[in-house]
Amino acid sequence: MDAQRASEQTQGPITTTDRRSEREVVVTRTFNGPARIVFDAWTKPELLMKWWTPKSFGITFISCEADVRAGGTYRFVFGHPDFDQPMAFFGRYLEVEPPRRLVWTNEEGEEGSVTTVTFEERDGKTLLVLHDLYPSKAALDEAMASGGIGGFPEQFEQLDILLGSLPSAGSA
Amino acid sequence: MVQFYPAARFDTSFAAISDATRRGVLEQLGRADASITELAERFDMTLTGMKKHVTLLEQAGLVTTVKVGRVRTCRLGGRGLEEEAAWIERYRQMWASRFDELDKVVEQLKQKEESNGRTASE
Repeated sequence: MDAQRASEQTQGPITTTDRRSEREVVVTRTFNGPARIVFDAWTKPELLMKWWTPKSFGITFISCEADVRAGGTYRFVFGHPDFDQPMAFFGRYLEVEPPRRLVWTNEEGEEGSVTTVTFEERDGKTLLVLHDLYPSKAALDEAMASGGIGGFPEQFEQLDILLGSLPSAGSA
Repeated sequence: MVQFYPAARFDTSFAAISDATRRGVLEQLGRADASITELAERFDMTLTGMKKHVTLLEQAGLVTTVKVGRVRTCRLGGRGLEEEAAWIERYRQMWASRFDELDKVVEQLKQKEESNGRTASE
């Protein structure tokens, strides 16, 4: 266990993904900073906009609204030069517990997942664990079959086609 | 590093192919799609017996079935393991790309805090 942890640290940041159960996908990553900083980056719209849409995605924020408190709503709107309509992703925060835990719903598609992110600080670093829990096995299977990712249906299918057509996508 | 399938899924798969009839069904479907009735006839079984075999193969993700009218057609894999693996990998890449950018934001915020801290203490 200790050896594994040590090797993770020497290898630098690694993003792992695991289908934890029939209806759950889990992502982990360690960040080189305290939990309060990482939490800020997830909850302050002006910071979130800096990283949520990497250049390789080809999409840009049109607007980013987030009322980060239990019961508060969020709405992210993205654009791409090739899309006629902007894409909106929205939902509601279920739990907000700075700087440890954040839970929200993804409501842009039917049977969207509930996303839980936990921030665990150790020696100035933060282990982030993200769970995407779908309402049923069928919902996750459906998400996989549609080609969408992370509760972002169809639009991402188009996006995949777009990304696939970009010369840099393969090497990224 | 990327673990695609929980152990339970492998157990289901092994159980599914531990039976000679079910292996035969997989071979048959490898040649052509077939209805449950056709499979039952070919393996000289009752419809109910063949349905049970197909259900087990379906649960293991080795066979998919589509019902059109009164005929249930079976085919190999379909939305099987490869599709799941591909999805998981794209999902990982999406978060890995985001997290690479998030690394930079965390680094900037840390530096800002440190320089603010120095200014305050000086």
